[in-house]
Amino acid sequence: MKELDTSGYSCPEPVIMTKKALKDSPEGLDVTVDNRASKENVTRYTTALGYSVRTEEGKGCWILHIAR
Amino acid sequence: MRSTEKPKLIITGIIIGLAAVVLTLLGNPGNMGFCIACFLRDTAGAMHFHTAAIVEYVRPEIIGIIIGAFSISIIRGDFRPRGGSSPVLRFIIAAIVMMGALVFLGCPLRMVLRLGGGDLNALVGLLGFAAGIGVGCVFINNGFTLGKAERQSAIEGVALPSATVLLFVLFLAVPSLFLFSETGPGSMDAPVAAALLAGLVVGIAAERTRLCMAGGIRDMILIRDFTLISGFAAIFLASLVGNIVAGSFHLGFLDQPVSHPMHLWNFLGMFAVGLGSVMLGGCPLRQLILAAEGSSDSASAVLGMIAGAAISHNFSLASSANVGPGLNGKVALVGGIIILLAIAVAATLKGRKE
Repeated sequence: MKELDTSGYSCPEPVIMTKKALKDSPEGLDVTVDNRASKENVTRYTTALGYSVRTEEGKGCWILHIAR
Repeated sequence: MRSTEKPKLIITGIIIGLAAVVLTLLGNPGNMGFCIACFLRDTAGAMHFHTAAIVEYVRPEIIGIIIGAFSISIIRGDFRPRGGSSPVLRFIIAAIVMMGALVFLGCPLRMVLRLGGGDLNALVGLLGFAAGIGVGCVFINNGFTLGKAERQSAIEGVALPSATVLLFVLFLAVPSLFLFSETGPGSMDAPVAAALLAGLVVGIAAERTRLCMAGGIRDMILIRDFTLISGFAAIFLASLVGNIVAGSFHLGFLDQPVSHPMHLWNFLGMFAVGLGSVMLGGCPLRQLILAAEGSSDSASAVLGMIAGAAISHNFSLASSANVGPGLNGKVALVGGIIILLAIAVAATLKGRKE
Protein backbone atom coordinates (compact mmCIF):
# COMPACT_ATOMS: atom_id res chain seq x y z
CA MET A 1 0.00 0.00 0.00
CA LYS A 2 1.30 3.43 -0.91
CA GLU A 3 2.06 5.74 2.00
CA LEU A 4 1.82 9.49 2.41
CA ASP A 5 3.14 11.42 5.41
CA THR A 6 1.54 14.83 5.88
CA SER A 7 3.06 15.48 9.34
CA GLY A 8 3.95 19.12 9.85
CA TYR A 9 1.56 20.39 7.20
CA SER A 10 -1.63 22.14 8.16
CA CYS A 11 -4.92 22.21 6.34
CA PRO A 12 -5.79 22.37 3.56
CA GLU A 13 -2.39 21.03 2.44
CA PRO A 14 -2.86 17.43 3.70
CA VAL A 15 -6.16 17.21 1.80
CA ILE A 16 -4.56 18.49 -1.40
CA MET A 17 -1.61 16.12 -0.93
CA THR A 18 -4.06 13.23 -0.48
CA LYS A 19 -6.05 14.34 -3.54
CA LYS A 20 -2.89 14.28 -5.67
CA ALA A 21 -1.64 10.98 -4.21
CA LEU A 22 -4.99 9.32 -4.93
CA LYS A 23 -4.59 10.25 -8.61
CA ASP A 24 -1.44 8.09 -8.73
CA SER A 25 -2.87 5.37 -6.55
CA PRO A 26 -6.66 5.29 -7.03
CA GLU A 27 -7.05 1.99 -5.17
CA GLY A 28 -6.17 3.69 -1.88
CA LEU A 29 -3.27 4.59 0.41
CA ASP A 30 -2.17 5.09 4.02
CA VAL A 31 -2.05 8.75 5.06
CA THR A 32 -0.31 9.90 8.25
CA VAL A 33 -1.75 13.08 9.77
CA ASP A 34 -0.57 14.81 12.95
CA ASN A 35 -3.50 17.05 13.88
CA ARG A 36 -7.21 16.55 14.42
CA ALA A 37 -8.26 19.11 11.81
CA SER A 38 -6.34 17.28 9.07
CA LYS A 39 -7.57 13.89 10.30
CA GLU A 40 -11.17 15.02 10.00
CA ASN A 41 -10.69 16.85 6.71
CA VAL A 42 -8.87 13.97 4.97
CA THR A 43 -11.42 11.48 6.32
CA ARG A 44 -14.35 13.61 5.19
CA TYR A 45 -12.83 14.24 1.76
CA THR A 46 -12.00 10.61 1.00
CA THR A 47 -15.29 9.32 2.42
CA ALA A 48 -17.12 11.70 0.08
CA LEU A 49 -15.16 10.14 -2.82
CA GLY A 50 -16.51 6.73 -1.83
CA TYR A 51 -13.49 5.36 0.02
CA SER A 52 -13.67 3.65 3.39
CA VAL A 53 -11.33 4.98 6.07
CA ARG A 54 -9.96 3.03 9.01
CA THR A 55 -8.19 5.18 11.59
CA GLU A 56 -5.25 3.87 13.57
CA GLU A 57 -3.85 5.92 16.44
CA GLY A 58 -0.07 6.29 16.28
CA LYS A 59 2.42 8.12 18.49
CA GLY A 60 1.35 11.78 18.24
CA CYS A 61 -0.34 11.08 14.93
CA TRP A 62 -3.03 9.07 13.19
CA ILE A 63 -2.67 6.70 10.27
CA LEU A 64 -5.66 6.74 7.97
CA HIS A 65 -6.02 3.52 5.95
CA ILE A 66 -7.93 4.63 2.89
CA ALA A 67 -9.27 1.90 0.61
CA ARG A 68 -12.05 1.21 -1.86
CA MET B 1 -18.42 12.29 10.52
CA ARG B 2 -20.36 14.70 8.35
CA SER B 3 -23.43 14.20 10.53
CA THR B 4 -21.79 15.39 13.77
CA GLU B 5 -19.62 18.22 12.42
CA LYS B 6 -22.23 20.28 10.60
CA PRO B 7 -24.75 20.55 13.48
CA LYS B 8 -21.93 21.58 15.85
CA LEU B 9 -20.79 24.26 13.41
CA ILE B 10 -24.34 25.53 12.99
CA ILE B 11 -24.83 25.71 16.79
CA THR B 12 -21.46 27.50 17.13
CA GLY B 13 -22.49 29.93 14.40
CA ILE B 14 -25.79 30.66 16.14
CA ILE B 15 -23.99 31.23 19.48
CA ILE B 16 -21.51 33.65 17.86
CA GLY B 17 -24.18 35.50 15.88
CA LEU B 18 -26.43 35.99 18.93
CA ALA B 19 -23.53 36.75 21.32
CA ALA B 20 -22.42 39.44 18.88
CA VAL B 21 -25.84 41.10 18.90
CA VAL B 22 -25.98 40.92 22.71
CA LEU B 23 -22.49 42.46 23.04
CA THR B 24 -23.62 45.29 20.76
CA LEU B 25 -26.68 45.87 22.93
CA LEU B 26 -24.40 45.89 25.99
CA GLY B 27 -22.22 48.64 24.55
CA ASN B 28 -19.94 47.42 21.75
CA PRO B 29 -19.93 49.53 18.52
CA GLY B 30 -22.60 48.81 15.90
CA ASN B 31 -22.26 45.48 14.05
CA MET B 32 -19.08 44.95 16.10
CA GLY B 33 -20.06 42.36 18.67
CA PHE B 34 -16.93 40.61 17.54
CA CYS B 35 -14.22 41.79 15.19
CA ILE B 36 -10.84 40.16 15.52
CA ALA B 37 -9.10 42.81 13.44
CA CYS B 38 -10.74 45.76 15.20
CA PHE B 39 -10.21 44.29 18.67
CA LEU B 40 -6.53 43.48 18.07
CA ARG B 41 -6.21 47.03 16.73
CA ASP B 42 -7.89 48.48 19.85
CA THR B 43 -5.62 46.37 22.06
CA ALA B 44 -2.55 47.55 20.13
CA GLY B 45 -3.72 51.12 20.73
CA ALA B 46 -4.25 50.51 24.45
CA MET B 47 -0.64 49.26 24.59
CA HIS B 48 0.64 52.51 23.00
CA PHE B 49 1.68 50.72 19.77
CA HIS B 50 -0.30 53.37 17.91
CA THR B 51 -1.88 56.56 19.16
CA ALA B 52 -5.15 56.84 17.26
CA ALA B 53 -7.16 58.19 20.18
CA ILE B 54 -10.50 56.75 19.07
CA VAL B 55 -9.43 53.08 18.91
CA GLU B 56 -7.75 52.21 22.21
CA TYR B 57 -9.08 49.52 24.55
CA VAL B 58 -7.87 46.17 25.91
CA ARG B 59 -10.66 44.05 24.45
CA PRO B 60 -11.56 41.22 26.84
CA GLU B 61 -13.19 39.32 23.95
CA ILE B 62 -9.75 38.63 22.42
CA ILE B 63 -8.35 37.54 25.79
CA GLY B 64 -11.36 35.26 26.34
CA ILE B 65 -11.06 33.66 22.89
CA ILE B 66 -7.37 32.81 23.40
CA ILE B 67 -7.80 31.55 26.99
CA GLY B 68 -10.97 29.60 26.13
CA ALA B 69 -9.39 27.89 23.13
CA PHE B 70 -6.15 27.22 25.05
CA SER B 71 -8.00 25.64 28.01
CA ILE B 72 -10.21 23.39 25.91
CA SER B 73 -7.29 22.31 23.72
CA ILE B 74 -5.39 21.20 26.84
CA ILE B 75 -8.45 19.35 28.20
CA ARG B 76 -9.28 17.63 24.89
CA GLY B 77 -5.71 16.81 23.87
CA ASP B 78 -5.53 19.17 20.90
CA PHE B 79 -2.73 21.26 22.40
CA ARG B 80 0.26 20.46 20.20
CA PRO B 81 3.15 22.94 20.23
CA ARG B 82 4.55 23.17 16.71
CA GLY B 83 6.12 25.82 14.52
CA GLY B 84 8.85 26.70 12.09
CA SER B 85 6.75 27.02 8.94
CA SER B 86 8.02 30.38 7.65
CA PRO B 87 7.28 32.46 10.78
CA VAL B 88 8.56 35.74 9.31
CA LEU B 89 6.57 35.34 6.09
CA ARG B 90 3.50 34.63 8.21
CA PHE B 91 4.16 37.79 10.24
CA ILE B 92 4.32 39.87 7.04
CA ILE B 93 1.28 38.20 5.42
CA ALA B 94 -0.74 38.74 8.61
CA ALA B 95 0.31 42.40 8.79
CA ILE B 96 -1.00 42.87 5.22
CA VAL B 97 -4.22 41.00 6.13
CA MET B 98 -4.69 43.50 8.96
CA MET B 99 -4.05 46.45 6.62
CA GLY B 100 -6.71 45.08 4.26
CA ALA B 101 -9.16 44.51 7.11
CA LEU B 102 -8.69 48.06 8.37
CA VAL B 103 -9.31 49.50 4.88
CA PHE B 104 -12.57 47.52 4.77
CA LEU B 105 -13.16 48.15 8.51
CA GLY B 106 -13.53 44.62 9.78
CA CYS B 107 -12.26 41.06 9.74
CA PRO B 108 -14.23 38.33 7.91
CA LEU B 109 -16.23 37.69 11.08
CA ARG B 110 -17.33 41.31 11.32
CA MET B 111 -18.05 41.26 7.58
CA VAL B 112 -20.66 38.56 8.23
CA LEU B 113 -22.02 40.45 11.27
CA ARG B 114 -22.25 43.62 9.15
CA LEU B 115 -24.21 41.66 6.53
CA GLY B 116 -26.53 40.48 9.30
CA GLY B 117 -27.07 44.11 10.28
CA GLY B 118 -28.07 45.02 6.72
CA ASP B 119 -24.80 46.77 5.76
CA LEU B 120 -24.60 46.13 2.00
CA ASN B 121 -20.98 47.37 1.87
CA ALA B 122 -20.16 44.04 3.50
CA LEU B 123 -21.63 42.29 0.45
CA VAL B 124 -19.04 44.10 -1.70
CA GLY B 125 -16.44 43.02 0.86
CA LEU B 126 -17.67 39.43 0.64
CA LEU B 127 -17.18 39.46 -3.15
CA GLY B 128 -13.61 40.68 -2.67
CA PHE B 129 -13.02 38.13 0.10
CA ALA B 130 -14.27 35.26 -2.08
CA ALA B 131 -12.16 36.51 -5.02
CA GLY B 132 -9.05 36.61 -2.80
CA ILE B 133 -9.75 33.08 -1.56
CA GLY B 134 -10.28 31.93 -5.15
CA VAL B 135 -6.88 33.29 -6.18
CA GLY B 136 -5.31 31.69 -3.08
CA CYS B 137 -6.84 28.33 -4.06
CA VAL B 138 -5.20 28.53 -7.49
CA PHE B 139 -1.82 28.83 -5.74
CA ILE B 140 -2.59 25.98 -3.32
CA ASN B 141 -3.67 23.71 -6.19
CA ASN B 142 -0.37 24.46 -7.86
CA GLY B 143 1.77 23.52 -4.89
CA PHE B 144 1.86 26.64 -2.69
CA THR B 145 3.22 25.89 0.77
CA LEU B 146 4.89 27.87 3.55
CA GLY B 147 6.75 24.69 4.52
CA LYS B 148 6.61 22.08 7.18
CA ALA B 149 6.08 22.80 10.88
CA GLU B 150 8.11 20.88 13.44
CA ARG B 151 7.31 19.99 17.01
CA GLN B 152 8.18 22.64 19.56
CA SER B 153 8.55 22.59 23.31
CA ALA B 154 5.57 23.12 25.58
CA ILE B 155 7.26 26.34 26.78
CA GLU B 156 7.05 27.73 23.24
CA GLY B 157 3.43 26.58 22.96
CA VAL B 158 2.26 28.30 26.14
CA ALA B 159 4.12 31.57 25.45
CA LEU B 160 1.29 33.45 23.72
CA PRO B 161 -1.53 32.20 26.00
CA SER B 162 0.62 33.16 29.03
CA ALA B 163 1.28 36.63 27.62
CA THR B 164 -2.48 36.98 27.14
CA VAL B 165 -3.15 36.11 30.78
CA LEU B 166 -0.48 38.59 31.89
CA LEU B 167 -2.08 41.31 29.74
CA PHE B 168 -5.46 40.65 31.33
CA VAL B 169 -4.05 40.71 34.88
CA LEU B 170 -2.29 44.03 34.19
CA PHE B 171 -5.47 45.41 32.58
CA LEU B 172 -7.43 44.62 35.76
CA ALA B 173 -4.73 45.48 38.30
CA VAL B 174 -2.96 48.50 36.79
CA PRO B 175 -5.28 50.00 34.15
CA SER B 176 -3.31 53.25 34.23
CA LEU B 177 -0.63 51.50 32.16
CA PHE B 178 -2.96 51.49 29.16
CA LEU B 179 -4.64 54.06 26.93
CA PHE B 180 -8.42 54.07 26.76
CA SER B 181 -10.44 55.96 24.15
CA GLU B 182 -12.80 58.60 25.45
CA THR B 183 -14.65 58.95 22.15
CA GLY B 184 -15.13 56.80 19.04
CA PRO B 185 -15.41 53.00 18.66
CA GLY B 186 -12.70 52.35 21.28
CA SER B 187 -14.85 54.06 23.93
CA MET B 188 -17.83 51.80 23.20
CA ASP B 189 -17.58 48.56 25.07
CA ALA B 190 -19.65 45.89 26.79
CA PRO B 191 -18.93 45.25 30.51
CA VAL B 192 -15.63 43.41 31.01
CA ALA B 193 -17.22 40.27 32.51
CA ALA B 194 -19.73 39.92 29.65
CA ALA B 195 -17.07 40.51 26.99
CA LEU B 196 -14.68 38.02 28.61
CA LEU B 197 -17.39 35.39 29.00
CA ALA B 198 -18.52 35.80 25.38
CA GLY B 199 -14.88 35.46 24.29
CA LEU B 200 -14.40 32.30 26.36
CA VAL B 201 -17.52 30.67 24.90
CA VAL B 202 -16.55 31.59 21.34
CA GLY B 203 -12.95 30.43 21.90
CA ILE B 204 -14.11 27.04 23.16
CA ALA B 205 -16.73 26.56 20.45
CA ALA B 206 -14.45 27.72 17.63
CA GLU B 207 -11.65 25.42 18.83
CA ARG B 208 -13.91 22.37 18.92
CA THR B 209 -15.49 23.03 15.52
CA ARG B 210 -12.47 24.57 13.72
CA LEU B 211 -14.80 27.34 12.56
CA CYS B 212 -13.06 29.49 9.95
CA MET B 213 -14.53 32.19 7.77
CA ALA B 214 -11.95 31.71 5.00
CA GLY B 215 -11.90 27.91 5.29
CA GLY B 216 -15.59 27.65 4.44
CA ILE B 217 -15.26 29.30 1.04
CA ARG B 218 -11.85 27.68 0.44
CA ASP B 219 -13.18 24.14 1.03
CA MET B 220 -16.12 24.80 -1.28
CA ILE B 221 -13.74 25.80 -4.07
CA LEU B 222 -10.95 23.28 -3.45
CA ILE B 223 -12.76 20.09 -2.49
CA ARG B 224 -16.48 20.85 -2.94
CA ASP B 225 -16.98 20.46 0.79
CA PHE B 226 -19.75 22.46 2.45
CA THR B 227 -19.07 21.65 6.11
CA LEU B 228 -17.19 24.76 7.26
CA ILE B 229 -19.38 27.16 5.28
CA SER B 230 -22.37 26.06 7.39
CA GLY B 231 -20.88 27.90 10.40
CA PHE B 232 -20.47 31.04 8.29
CA ALA B 233 -24.11 30.81 7.15
CA ALA B 234 -25.35 30.24 10.72
CA ILE B 235 -23.54 33.35 12.01
CA PHE B 236 -25.18 35.40 9.26
CA LEU B 237 -28.68 34.08 9.92
CA ALA B 238 -28.39 34.36 13.72
CA SER B 239 -27.13 37.93 13.57
CA LEU B 240 -29.77 38.81 10.96
CA VAL B 241 -32.58 37.53 13.19
CA GLY B 242 -30.94 39.04 16.29
CA ASN B 243 -30.62 42.46 14.64
CA ILE B 244 -34.20 42.41 13.36
CA VAL B 245 -35.52 41.50 16.83
CA ALA B 246 -33.27 44.12 18.50
CA GLY B 247 -34.36 46.78 15.99
CA SER B 248 -30.79 47.33 14.78
CA PHE B 249 -31.28 46.04 11.21
CA HIS B 250 -30.82 48.81 8.63
CA LEU B 251 -30.54 47.81 4.99
CA GLY B 252 -28.38 49.99 2.76
CA PHE B 253 -24.94 51.29 1.83
CA LEU B 254 -24.95 54.66 3.61
CA ASP B 255 -24.61 55.67 7.27
CA GLN B 256 -23.84 52.15 8.43
CA PRO B 257 -21.99 51.80 11.76
CA VAL B 258 -18.17 51.95 11.39
CA SER B 259 -18.32 51.40 7.62
CA HIS B 260 -17.78 53.28 4.38
CA PRO B 261 -19.33 53.02 0.90
CA MET B 262 -16.15 53.08 -1.24
CA HIS B 263 -16.84 49.88 -3.19
CA LEU B 264 -13.47 49.43 -4.86
CA TRP B 265 -11.61 49.72 -1.55
CA ASN B 266 -14.06 47.50 0.31
CA PHE B 267 -13.52 44.91 -2.42
CA LEU B 268 -9.71 45.21 -2.48
CA GLY B 269 -9.42 45.35 1.32
CA MET B 270 -11.23 42.05 1.71
CA PHE B 271 -9.42 40.62 -1.35
CA ALA B 272 -6.17 41.03 0.59
CA VAL B 273 -7.79 39.45 3.66
CA GLY B 274 -9.08 36.48 1.63
CA LEU B 275 -5.82 35.82 -0.20
CA GLY B 276 -3.70 36.29 2.94
CA SER B 277 -6.01 34.08 5.03
CA VAL B 278 -5.70 31.21 2.56
CA MET B 279 -1.90 31.61 2.59
CA LEU B 280 -1.92 31.52 6.42
CA GLY B 281 -4.29 28.54 6.53
CA GLY B 282 -7.15 30.41 8.17
CA CYS B 283 -8.90 33.70 8.89
CA PRO B 284 -7.87 36.03 11.78
CA LEU B 285 -10.22 34.22 14.21
CA ARG B 286 -8.73 30.86 13.24
CA GLN B 287 -5.19 32.25 13.73
CA LEU B 288 -6.11 33.16 17.32
CA ILE B 289 -7.44 29.64 17.92
CA LEU B 290 -4.45 27.90 16.34
CA ALA B 291 -2.08 30.10 18.33
CA ALA B 292 -3.95 29.08 21.49
CA GLU B 293 -3.55 25.42 20.49
CA GLY B 294 0.22 25.85 20.54
CA SER B 295 1.04 26.88 16.97
CA SER B 296 3.92 29.34 17.08
CA ASP B 297 3.36 29.95 13.36
CA SER B 298 -0.10 31.28 14.11
CA ALA B 299 1.25 33.17 17.13
CA SER B 300 3.59 34.86 14.63
CA ALA B 301 0.54 35.72 12.55
CA VAL B 302 -1.24 37.19 15.60
CA LEU B 303 1.81 39.35 16.37
CA GLY B 304 1.92 40.32 12.69
CA MET B 305 -1.70 41.43 12.86
CA ILE B 306 -0.94 43.58 15.93
CA ALA B 307 2.03 45.12 14.09
CA GLY B 308 -0.14 45.59 10.98
CA ALA B 309 -2.72 47.46 13.07
CA ALA B 310 -0.05 49.74 14.53
CA ILE B 311 1.40 50.40 11.05
CA SER B 312 -2.09 51.09 9.68
CA HIS B 313 -2.82 53.79 12.24
CA ASN B 314 0.69 55.24 12.55
CA PHE B 315 0.88 55.77 8.77
CA SER B 316 -2.80 56.70 8.25
CA LEU B 317 -3.60 53.63 6.17
CA ALA B 318 -6.85 52.67 7.91
CA SER B 319 -10.16 53.90 6.55
CA SER B 320 -12.26 56.49 8.35
CA ALA B 321 -15.90 55.65 8.97
CA ASN B 322 -18.21 56.93 6.18
CA VAL B 323 -15.20 58.33 4.23
CA GLY B 324 -13.00 55.37 3.32
CA PRO B 325 -9.23 55.19 2.92
CA GLY B 326 -6.98 58.15 2.16
CA LEU B 327 -4.19 58.14 -0.42
CA ASN B 328 -1.75 56.42 1.97
CA GLY B 329 -4.20 53.59 2.57
CA LYS B 330 -4.89 53.09 -1.14
CA VAL B 331 -1.21 52.98 -2.09
CA ALA B 332 -0.32 50.70 0.83
CA LEU B 333 -3.17 48.29 0.10
CA VAL B 334 -2.26 47.91 -3.57
CA GLY B 335 1.39 47.50 -2.55
CA GLY B 336 0.35 44.94 0.07
CA ILE B 337 -1.60 42.89 -2.47
CA ILE B 338 1.42 42.92 -4.80
CA ILE B 339 3.61 41.66 -1.93
CA LEU B 340 1.09 38.89 -1.12
CA LEU B 341 1.05 37.80 -4.77
CA ALA B 342 4.86 37.88 -4.95
CA ILE B 343 5.14 35.69 -1.83
CA ALA B 344 2.48 33.34 -3.20
CA VAL B 345 4.24 32.99 -6.57
CA ALA B 346 7.64 32.42 -4.96
CA ALA B 347 6.31 29.87 -2.44
CA THR B 348 4.38 28.06 -5.19
CA LEU B 349 7.44 27.79 -7.45
CA LYS B 350 9.51 26.54 -4.50
CA GLY B 351 6.76 24.09 -3.52
CA ARG B 352 6.59 22.68 -7.07
CA LYS B 353 10.33 22.12 -7.16
CA GLU B 354 10.11 20.05 -4.01
